[in-house]
Amino acid sequence: MKSFWPSICGLSLLITSSWLQADTLDEVKKRGFLKCGVSQGLAGFSSPDKAGQWRGIDVDLCRGVAAATLGDANKVKYTSLSAKERFTALQSGEIDLLSRNTSWTIVRDTSLAVDFPGVLYYDGQGFMAPKKLNVKTLKDLNGATVCVNLGTTTELNLADYFRSQKMTYKLVAFEKNDEVVAAYDAGRCDVMSSDQSGLYADRTRLKKPEDHVILPEIISKEPLGPAVRHGDNRWGDIVRWTLFAMIEAEELKITSANVDQQKANSNPAVRRLLGMEGDLGKNLGLKADWALQVVKQVGSYQEIFERNLGANTPLKIARGQNALWRDGGLQYSMPFR
Amino acid sequence: MAQAARKKTQGRGLLLQALALLIVVLILGLIIHNTVLNLEARGIASGFGFLSQPAGFDLAFHLLPYDETTTFGQLFIIALLNTLLVSAIGVVFASLLGLLVALARLSQNPLIRLLGTIYVETLRNIPLLLQLFFWYFAVLRNLPGPRESLEFFGVVYLNNRGLSIPFPMEPAAAFYIALALILGLIVGHYLRQAAVKKRVEAGRFPAWHLLPYAIPVIFPLLTLLLLGQRWQISWPELQGFNFSGGLQLIPEFVSLVAALSLYTAAFVAEIVRAGILSVQKGQMEASEALGLTRLDTMRLVILPQALRVILPPLTSQYLNLVKNSSLAAAIAFPDLVLVFSGTAINITGQAVEIMAMVMMVYLLLSLSISAAMNRYQSKTLHYLGQRS
Repeated sequence: MKSFWPSICGLSLLITSSWLQADTLDEVKKRGFLKCGVSQGLAGFSSPDKAGQWRGIDVDLCRGVAAATLGDANKVKYTSLSAKERFTALQSGEIDLLSRNTSWTIVRDTSLAVDFPGVLYYDGQGFMAPKKLNVKTLKDLNGATVCVNLGTTTELNLADYFRSQKMTYKLVAFEKNDEVVAAYDAGRCDVMSSDQSGLYADRTRLKKPEDHVILPEIISKEPLGPAVRHGDNRWGDIVRWTLFAMIEAEELKITSANVDQQKANSNPAVRRLLGMEGDLGKNLGLKADWALQVVKQVGSYQEIFERNLGANTPLKIARGQNALWRDGGLQYSMPFR
Repeated sequence: MAQAARKKTQGRGLLLQALALLIVVLILGLIIHNTVLNLEARGIASGFGFLSQPAGFDLAFHLLPYDETTTFGQLFIIALLNTLLVSAIGVVFASLLGLLVALARLSQNPLIRLLGTIYVETLRNIPLLLQLFFWYFAVLRNLPGPRESLEFFGVVYLNNRGLSIPFPMEPAAAFYIALALILGLIVGHYLRQAAVKKRVEAGRFPAWHLLPYAIPVIFPLLTLLLLGQRWQISWPELQGFNFSGGLQLIPEFVSLVAALSLYTAAFVAEIVRAGILSVQKGQMEASEALGLTRLDTMRLVILPQALRVILPPLTSQYLNLVKNSSLAAAIAFPDLVLVFSGTAINITGQAVEIMAMVMMVYLLLSLSISAAMNRYQSKTLHYLGQRS
C-alpha cells in the first residue's frame, strides 16, 4: 500500500503530459534516423529483398528524405503497415513519413489530418483476369466475383464503376494482399482488382504468371505519393522538394553517377539545385548540398523508376504517364529558384 | 466495544472503496479528455456523424437488404448480424460435437476412445488461425470452378464460389419460419415443464401432454400458411460467371463456421468429460440398479450433476468462440471486425469512434452470454439442490 499514492500520481502525470508533436525535422535530427512507414511487401514499391533490405520506389523516397535531412540515405528505420493501419501510425507519430503507395484523395487530405506533398507515381485501378476466361473489356465482367485488398480506395471505385455501368459483381475483400493473391490463384474469384502497378507486381507471384492478363482499361485515378502529418509545414516542404529534386535532376540530366562532375557545370539551374549558388537549403532548415546528397546517394527520378519498376525488373512497367512533362508524361518539378 | 471497532473498520473500508472508485473514474476521465484534446490538436474530425453517411462499398454476405444508399449505421448492424450468425451457429455445433467427442472419449470401446483422443489432441494443439487457413485454402483449391460444379440431384451445387442451395425467393420468409421454429421450441419447453409438473402431482398422462412436442412443428407450418404466395422456392442455375437464384453459402462463411466449431468442440469435449468424471461412480451404479437405460442414466442422472462442473468453463469457451469469430478478417468473411474496424475506419478515418463501438459490441456480447449462462446455472443448481 506504501507505493499506492506515488504510483497513482505518476500514472496521472503520464496521462496528462500531452505529447503534442514537436517539429518533425528537429526530432529526426535529434534521433539520428528517419522513421518511414512502408507496405507489407509490394514488389517495386516497397518489399524486403533476399538480404532483408527494403527496396522499391517508395523506399527510395524515404532514403531521399533521409539523405536530404541527415546526409545519409541509410539512416532509415522502416515500419511495415497494412492499408488500414497506415494513417493511424502517421497521426500518432509512430512514423515521420508514410511512403506506402497511398492515393491522394480529398477525404484523406481534409479529414485525416494528413498532407500529401506530391505524387511519386501516377497510377489507376485495373483488373487482372485468367487468359482462359477470354475477357476482352471491362464490359465482359458483368456478374464477376472480384478479389480485392480491403481498406483501400479499390472497394469504393469498384462499387462506383459497376453501379454506373448497371452491372453486378460479388466482392471478396481480404485484409492482406498475400491472401488476395492466394485466393485469386486458387480460383476463388474471376478477376482481381488493384492499382495497375500492384497487379504487375502481384502477377509475378502467381503459380503461372503467363496465364494471366492485365486488362488495359483503368477505372480510376490513383495518384500515389508520400503523406505527412498535417500542421508541420516545413516537414511537408522537405518531403515535397526532395521528390521535386529527383525530378529536376532528371530534367537536368543529372544522375548519381555524374553528379560530382556536374558540380563544374556552369548552368545556373544545376548550380542552384546542387547548392553551389543561392541558399535553397537554408529555408528548408537543411544543408546547402541537401539535393546533391539526394541525387548522389539515391538517384534521379529516372534512376529510381528504372531501378524498381522499369524494363530491367520483373515488373517491366513502361514510363507511360510517369514520363517527364516534356516527354508527354505528368511528372513535373516546380522551378528551383 | 468490539462492535464499535468493527463498525469503524467497515467505515474505513467503504471510504477506501469509494476513493478507489473515484480514482478509477478520474483516470478514465483524464484519458478521454486527453484523447479529445489530442484529436482536436491534430485536426482530426471526430464524432458519430459518419454513421448517417452512405458507405458506398459492397459486402459479400449480408442478411438484410443492402444497396448503394446503405449508411455506415446500417452497415454496422449488418456486419454485427454476420458476427452473431457465425457465433450462434458455431456455439450450437461446437456444443453438440463437443458432447459427442466427450462421450467417445468415455466409451468402453478402445477404438472410439482412441479416435476421440486423436480429435481432441490434434485440434486443441494447432492454432486456430492455421486451421482457418487450412479449411479455407486447402478445401477451396480442390474444388472445381463454377462451370464444372459438383452437382447433387440437380438442386445443390458445390464449387469454389460456394455452396448453392434452393431457398425461398424472399429471405424474409425464411427468417419468419426460423423465428416460428425458435418460438415453438421455447413455448414447447415451458409447456412441457408445466405438463411434467402436473404429471408428477396427478400421476396421470392426459393426451394434451403430447402438445409440447407438436408445437415446434405446428408453429412453422402455420407461418407457412400465413405467408402463402410469398413462400416461393428459387432454384440455383448457372448464368454467365456464376450461379444465380437460391442461396449461396460463400466459402468464407462455411470455412469460418467449420474452423470455429471444430476447434472449440475439442475444448468443450474436455470440459464435458471432466464434468462427467466428476460425478461419483455410485450415481451410475445406483441408476443402473434402478433399471434405467444407459441413455436415461446419462440424461437424467449424470449430466444434470455434471453441469455444476461443466457450465463455468463452458461459458468461457462460448465467449472465446464469439471473440475468435473476429479472425474472419483473415479469410475475407465480412464480419464486424473486417467491415467496420477494417474498411469503415479507412473510408471515414474515425478510428477512435469505430474502435469504441466495436469494443462495446464484444463487451456487451460477452456480458450477455455470461449473464445467460449464470442464470441457467443458478436455476439448474437450485433444481438439483431441491432434489438432493
